[in-house]
Amino acid sequence: MSELGFLIIFPFAVAVLLMLLKKDSILRTVVVTVGALAEMAVAVLFSLSYVIHGDFPGESAYLTHTASTDKVIAVCEALLMILVFSQAIRFRKYYILLLSAAGTLPMLWLDLTGIGESMKPHIRIDVLTMIMVLIVGIVGSLICIYAVGYIRDYHVHHDDVTDRSGYFLAMLFVFLGAMMGLIGSDNLSWMYFFWEITSVCSFLLIGYSRTGEAVTNSFRALWMNLLGGCGFMAAILFCVLVANIYNLSELLRFSEIPGLVIFPVSMLAFAALTKSAQMPFSRWLLGAMVAPTPTSALLHSATMVKAGVYLLIRLSPLLHGSLPGTMVTATGGFTFFAASLLAITVSDGKKVLAYSTISNLGLIAAAAGCGVKSAMWAGIMLLIFHAVTKSVMFMAVGAYENSTGSRDVEDMHGMIVRVPKLAFVMTVGIFGMSVVPLGMCVAKWAALRGFIDSGNVYLIMFLCFGSASTLFYWVKWLGKIFCVSKDSERQEDRVRKTEWAAIYPLTIMTVALCFLYPLISSRILIPYLNDWMPGHSKDVFSASITEGDFIIMAIMIICICLLPVIMVIVNRIQDRRVLSYMSGFNTGDDRSFYDSEGNRQMQHLSNWYMQDLFGEKKILIPCLAVSAAFIILIMSNCAIRGLFL
Amino acid sequence: MMNVYSIIAIAAYLICAPFAASIFSGVDRIVTARMQGRKGPGLMQAWWDLMKLFSKESTTVNDIQKVLVVAHCFFAVFSGAVFFGGGDLLLVFFSLTMAEVFLILAAYSVNAAYSEIGAQRELLQMMAYEPMILLTAVGFYMSTGSFGVAQIIKTDIPLVLKMPGFFIGFCFILIVKLRKSPFDIATSHHAHQEIIKGLTGDLSGRIYGLSELAELYEEVLMLGMIGLFFITSDPLSPVYAIIAVSAVMFVMSFTDNIFPRVKWEVLLKLAWIVTFFAGGTNLLLLTLI
Amino acid sequence: MKISRSPWLLHYDGSSCNGCDIEVLAATTPRFDVERFGIINTGNPKHADIFLCTGGINAQNQDVVRQIYDQMPDPKVVLACGICACDGGIFKDCYNILGGTDTVIPVDVYVPGCAVRPEALIDGVIKALAILDDKKARMKKEGYRSLTSEEYRKKRETADA
Repeated sequence: MSELGFLIIFPFAVAVLLMLLKKDSILRTVVVTVGALAEMAVAVLFSLSYVIHGDFPGESAYLTHTASTDKVIAVCEALLMILVFSQAIRFRKYYILLLSAAGTLPMLWLDLTGIGESMKPHIRIDVLTMIMVLIVGIVGSLICIYAVGYIRDYHVHHDDVTDRSGYFLAMLFVFLGAMMGLIGSDNLSWMYFFWEITSVCSFLLIGYSRTGEAVTNSFRALWMNLLGGCGFMAAILFCVLVANIYNLSELLRFSEIPGLVIFPVSMLAFAALTKSAQMPFSRWLLGAMVAPTPTSALLHSATMVKAGVYLLIRLSPLLHGSLPGTMVTATGGFTFFAASLLAITVSDGKKVLAYSTISNLGLIAAAAGCGVKSAMWAGIMLLIFHAVTKSVMFMAVGAYENSTGSRDVEDMHGMIVRVPKLAFVMTVGIFGMSVVPLGMCVAKWAALRGFIDSGNVYLIMFLCFGSASTLFYWVKWLGKIFCVSKDSERQEDRVRKTEWAAIYPLTIMTVALCFLYPLISSRILIPYLNDWMPGHSKDVFSASITEGDFIIMAIMIICICLLPVIMVIVNRIQDRRVLSYMSGFNTGDDRSFYDSEGNRQMQHLSNWYMQDLFGEKKILIPCLAVSAAFIILIMSNCAIRGLFL
Repeated sequence: MMNVYSIIAIAAYLICAPFAASIFSGVDRIVTARMQGRKGPGLMQAWWDLMKLFSKESTTVNDIQKVLVVAHCFFAVFSGAVFFGGGDLLLVFFSLTMAEVFLILAAYSVNAAYSEIGAQRELLQMMAYEPMILLTAVGFYMSTGSFGVAQIIKTDIPLVLKMPGFFIGFCFILIVKLRKSPFDIATSHHAHQEIIKGLTGDLSGRIYGLSELAELYEEVLMLGMIGLFFITSDPLSPVYAIIAVSAVMFVMSFTDNIFPRVKWEVLLKLAWIVTFFAGGTNLLLLTLI
Repeated sequence: MKISRSPWLLHYDGSSCNGCDIEVLAATTPRFDVERFGIINTGNPKHADIFLCTGGINAQNQDVVRQIYDQMPDPKVVLACGICACDGGIFKDCYNILGGTDTVIPVDVYVPGCAVRPEALIDGVIKALAILDDKKARMKKEGYRSLTSEEYRKKRETADA
C-alpha cells in the first residue's frame, strides 16, 4: 500500500522539482534519471511483494477514511478547472468552458456538501492493478529517460519553439503520477480526478510548441477528453445519487440488476472509448502527432489510451451480453478494421503508428466488450504486448527523425545499411507487432478464439479483414527498411545515450515477453481470471494454448533469432555478384538507369498507399459518421432505459 | 501431441511433397497444353526444372537476399509439416504468412523496380487471401470444435456439407495463392509476365530453386487443405478427397486458361467480396445452427 | 541428371526487322510446341539458360546485351538467331550496326535464315542443349565458367591487334 502511495505522490514531487530547474543542466538529467529509475524500482518491488506476500490472486483494499485527502483533491480539481478556463479564454475556445464546468462543478458540489464522501476503501489492488503498475512504471519511466535526450535534440532542430523543456519533463512526471493514481483508485471520484489530470496534461503536452496547428490539435484532444469526462461525471452522479454506489468494485457486484447499472456502465464505457481514441474520437490521437515524440509515445503506449481500455477491461463482466457491451465490441471491432485500412494510406511514420495504435486499441476494446474469459485473457495480453512493442516503435521513429531529419516511412529506404542499430530495433518492433509467433499475434490469435467463444460473427469478420490489412502496412514498412542500396554507407550514430538507455531495455523486453508470456499466463493471469469471474466458468477456456503449440512457436522464434547466424553460414559460399535487373539499362550502381536518350535517370521506388481505394479523404469522414451515429443510438437507448425504466 | 502417425505423416510429406507437387504441376501443364491443342511437356517437368536450378550457379545482388530466401523455404516447409503432423490450423497459416513475409523481404532487399513491384503485389495478394484463409480455419473450428487437424479429420460427415461457403471461398483464393491466371499478378508460372517474374525476378540458380521448392511444398499444403474438406473418419474418404482435389485442380487449370490477368484493384475487391459473402454467410449459418 | 531437360530461353530482340521474332514466337505455338522439350520462354536473364538473340547489334543496344548476358547464371549458351544476329545480315553496312551478336558476347550456336524457320530454330536449340550439358560437365570437372562480356571484349581486342 505504502509503495502505491509512493508511486502516486513521488512523480508529482519530481515534477515540482523539475519546474524549478528550468535550464538544461546535468543536474536536471540526473533528477529525471534518478526519479524515473526510483519510480521503476518501486513499481517492480511493489509487484514482486504483491505476488509473494499479498493474498494473491485476491485483492486488497485500503484507505477508508479520507476526509482530509478529499479536501485536497477538491482544491486540485478547482485549480485544474481554473487552468483549463484560463487557457480556453486565452485562445477563445469558449465551448471548452462549458465542457469543463459540466464535468468539474458537480464534482465540487459532491465534495463540498459531503454527499460524495464514502467510508469505503478508496484504493484497491489486484492483479490487473499490478500489471498496469508494471507497464506504466517500466515503460513510462523509460520514456521519461528517453525524453531527456530527445527534447534537447528537438530544440536543436526547432529553434523557433521556445525552450520550456523543464516544464515539458515535469508534465511527463505528472502524467506518470496521475496514471498510477488512476490505476490504484477504486473510488469513482478519485478515478475521475486522476482521469481529468491525464486529460489536461495531454492537452498541455500536445500544445507544447504553441504553433497554430499544435494549439488546434491540443484543443481537439481536450474537448474530446472532457466530453468523455462529462460521461464519467454523469456515471458518478447516477451512482451516488440513485444507486448509492461509490466504488468501481461495488458497481461490478451489481451485475444481477442490469436495469440499474446500464446507465452508469454505458457512460463509463463511453468515457473509456473517448480516452482510448476509438472512432469517432480517433482524431485527437492523430492530432497528438504534432507534439514531440515522448508525448506521443507516452500517450500511446503507456498511459493515456491505456487508461481507456483499462477501464473497459475492469467493466468487462458487466459488458458481457449487454447493450453497452455491444457498443464497445462493435465500435472496437469497427475501429480495428477501419484504422488498419487508414494506416495503409499514410506515409508519415508517426501517423502509421497512431493509426495502428487506434486499431490495436480497438481490438482490446472489442475483447473487453465480449466479457468472456478467453477474450479478456487476450485483451490483457494485448495490452501488455502493445505497451512494450509500440513504445519501442515510437522511440525508434523518434530517434530516426532526430538523426536524419525525417520520419517518413519512404525516407527509411535502406535503413538496414545506413543505420543498422535502429533498423534492428525497428525490425524487432515490427515483427513483434505483426508476425506470429511473436507477441501481438499470439494475443490476436487468442482474441479470435475469444470472439468465437462469444459467438460474435461480425467481430470475427472484422478481425479477419483487419489482420490482413494490418499485415500489409507493417510488411511494406519492413520492406522499406530492408532495401539494400548498393554502395550506401553507414551514417554516423547520432542517437543519444539516454535514448539508447530507454530503447535497448524495451527491445529486450519485447523479445523476452515472447518467451515469458506462457509463464505470465499460467502463473498470474489464469488464476486471476478464474478468481475474478467464477460465475463465467461455463465458458470454455480455450485461450490457453496447448503445450504442443507452444513448442512449435518456440521453434519458430528460435529460428528467427538464429537468422543472423544462418546468414553468416550461407554467405560463406561466395556467389557471383550481379547487377539488379533493370531491363539491361542499369548504369552499374543499381540506383539509376539509362533512358531512351542515353541520359542517366535515378530510379525512385515508392510503396503503395492505395489512396484511391481507401484514402483518408475518402473513408475517414464516413467511418466517423457511422461510428458516431452508432454510439449516439446506443447511448440514447441506454440513457432512456437506465433513467426512465 | 506428437505420435507415431504424425511423425510418419511429416516424414512422408517432407520426402514426397516435391514429387507429388511436380506430378500435379505436370498434369496441370499437360492438361493446359491439350486444351490449347499442344502436346505439352513431360509429367515430371517441374522436377527437372527444380533439379536444373539446383545445379546452376547462383548469383546474388546483396548479402541478405540468400538468408531471407532460406528462411522463406524453411517456414514454408515447416507450415506444411505442422499441417500434416496434425497441428493447429491457425499456426499453420501463421507460419505460412511468415514464409511469405520473408520472400517479400527478399524481393524488397534487391532494391530494383520489378522486384519491388512484385513484392508489393504479393503483399496485396496476401491481403486479398488472408481473410478467407483465417475464416476457413474459424469455419473448421466451429464445425468440429477444434483447430487441430488431427481432431478435424475425425469428423463423421464430410465437412464440405457443413461449410460449402467456405469451400467456395477457399477455392477462389486458391487461384490467388497458387498463382493462377487471372490473379497471378505478383509472379507467374507463365513466362513473359509484364513485370518479368516480379517477386522472384532477381533470384537465380540455387536460390531461385529454393523458392520454387518452397512453392511445391506450399502447393501440397494447399491441396491438403482442400482435402480436409472431404476427409472423414471413414477409411475410404481419402479416395473421395483425392477425387475432389483433382476436380478442383482441373477447374484451376481451366480458369487459368480462359481468363486474362486482372488489375490489382479488381483482385482485391473480388477476393474480399467473395470472402465476405461466401465466408460470411456460411459463418453466420454455423453460429445459428 | 541433365540440365538440358529444362532449358529456359531468354529472347532478346536486337535491331531485328521482327521477322525472326515472329518465328521465335511461332515456335511456341501448337504447331511446333517447344514446350514439349521443357523449354520456357522466360523473360528474365536471371532465370534463363539460353540467350536467344535476334537482329544485329547497334550502338544503342550493345551495353544492354552485355549486361543481360552477364546477369545470366552459369552454365549458359548464346544462340544467334537469324542471319542478322549471325553477322549483321543485310543491315551489316548500316551506319549504326556494329555487327552480329558475337561482336559483344561469345556465341555458341549460329542459326542462319532470313527469317529463321521454326524448324531450324528448334534444331539450333537442340544443338545448344548439347553444349549446355557439356558446359555443365566442365563446370563440375574443371571449374569452367563462361567469359564475362568484359573478358570477351579484351579477348577480341587482343585478337584484332
